[in-house]
Amino acid sequence: MRNKTRIVKDKLAQGIMLTITVLAILLVAVIAVGLYLKSKPVLEESSLWTLLFSSEWRPMKGAFGFLPFIMGTVWVTLLSILIALPISLLTAIYLTEYAQPMVRKFVFPALDILAALPSVIYGVWGVLVIVPFISRHLAPHFVDFSTGYTVLAAGIVLGVMVIPLLVSLFIEIFSAVPTDLREASLALGATRWQTAKKVVLRKTVSGIIASTVLAVSRALGETIAVLMVCGCVIGIPKGVLDACYPIPALIANNYGEMLSMPFYESALMFAALILFVIVLLFNLFSRIILYRLEKSEM
Amino acid sequence: MNVARSKKWKEIIAKLLMWMAMLIVFGFVFSVIWTIFSKGCRVMSWDMITKLPGGGFYIGKEGGLLNAIVGSLYIVGASTVLGLIISIPVVFFMNIYLKKDSKLAYVARLAFDVLFGVPSIVYGAFGFTVMIFFGLRTSLLGGIIVITLLIIPIFIRTMDEATRNFPRDILEASFALGATRWETLKVVLRQIAPGIATATLLSIGRAIGDAASVMFTAGYTDSIPTSLSQPAATLPLAVFFQLSSPIAEVVDRAYAAALILTVIVLLLSITGRFITNKFSKNKV
Repeated sequence: MRNKTRIVKDKLAQGIMLTITVLAILLVAVIAVGLYLKSKPVLEESSLWTLLFSSEWRPMKGAFGFLPFIMGTVWVTLLSILIALPISLLTAIYLTEYAQPMVRKFVFPALDILAALPSVIYGVWGVLVIVPFISRHLAPHFVDFSTGYTVLAAGIVLGVMVIPLLVSLFIEIFSAVPTDLREASLALGATRWQTAKKVVLRKTVSGIIASTVLAVSRALGETIAVLMVCGCVIGIPKGVLDACYPIPALIANNYGEMLSMPFYESALMFAALILFVIVLLFNLFSRIILYRLEKSEM
Repeated sequence: MNVARSKKWKEIIAKLLMWMAMLIVFGFVFSVIWTIFSKGCRVMSWDMITKLPGGGFYIGKEGGLLNAIVGSLYIVGASTVLGLIISIPVVFFMNIYLKKDSKLAYVARLAFDVLFGVPSIVYGAFGFTVMIFFGLRTSLLGGIIVITLLIIPIFIRTMDEATRNFPRDILEASFALGATRWETLKVVLRQIAPGIATATLLSIGRAIGDAASVMFTAGYTDSIPTSLSQPAATLPLAVFFQLSSPIAEVVDRAYAAALILTVIVLLLSITGRFITNKFSKNKV
């Protein structure tokens, strides 16, 4: 009798846990469907092509061209990765291939801090340090006047924010390369740098690409920090010293008024849907590659 | 001879570049922390953390940030508890009930990794539509729901990481003694306790600092919410809204809020590292 209750308990727990797990997985689908249903009105009003590739943005007249915002997002994201990638790669190579345990003891906490700081703190830093630096010292060399609230400022702030993510992913991938391979290379007379470049990096190309895509998708969705330093001027940026207006900033800036205008709310939800779909695809791509790498090492 | 020489030079240049990269990283860390502390310490006072915003707060008069501090604590506390209640069963299910090469476990891990990557602004927008659907206004409850959704993937993935390396032998020892899988959980729970603690600290850190999601859902207010249906202020939004003010005193409050937020997050991060280091040494 007692055994029976124990088994029933076990089965019951299994059922409940299965339900919670499945519900949690379904959250992905629920978010997608929810955002799609909300963005349906604007999708029925204008074609997908117009929404994505028109740069006419007049919410009052019902014209929603997302091109300026999409281009703003692309500029900022690419710039941030351009800044973060070399720094993270070199740091990760040093930490896995060269560094004494002592050095790691200092670098890891620093990376921890970078990873832990909230977006809004980076925003404050950007406003107080990066923006004035650009407007006072950097921009005057190239243009007559700049407020400093530019693609460059947003790119730098975002770049710093994705460094800890990239470094930790790279370290994980590099550590998975067997020591034998390194030793074989060193035994042939290769220097450490040659070994890093021709053995470790070559062996982990797919992992590096996957990690970078993951970092891109993280950078795409960053909101508050970018919103605070990007300038929020609607228009396709022509250079890094132009202001821009990425999609997340657009959503965050207009949430208060979106209920009062027809289609405006729907258009903003469509913006959220774009973000969600891109992030979803990028994540699926990179995670599947990273899982495969993890499996092959086991 | 020449080849050997260029090899040596390349090695030195590569090393220099790596040192530079690390110096840049340290430079960023130092610059951010220095900026927040030097601005924040100047304006920090006891009133800031113990007083509510008074009348005329936004034109530079008296008052503090108590509303934002309490609002953040309410939201973070409630969603951390909810998050734990939801994620612990999921982690156990994936690791103990399901087999190691189970399809469901693979899909689940993938789904939670994807959810982990979903930007908080999307959670905010989604939460907002859900709230409208249920007829809710911006409220404490809305904030708690969205932050819970936001931290569940962090909870699950971090705890899963700790549980995955759980020695199979211990499970089998427990099964061999006749314990059901449900009863084996007690054994597992004790072993992965540090993992749960780290996951909790990480989630709290993310929950307390996230502004984009609570902006839509929790709103902002000058008073401490007394029920779930009232809006609640949060620290990140206190920074965000007050930083752009033209009045110096109000901007100062943004700096103070930023300092409080940074100190909390740093403490959480240090504690997390400490727990990981301490418990990874004497693990079975």
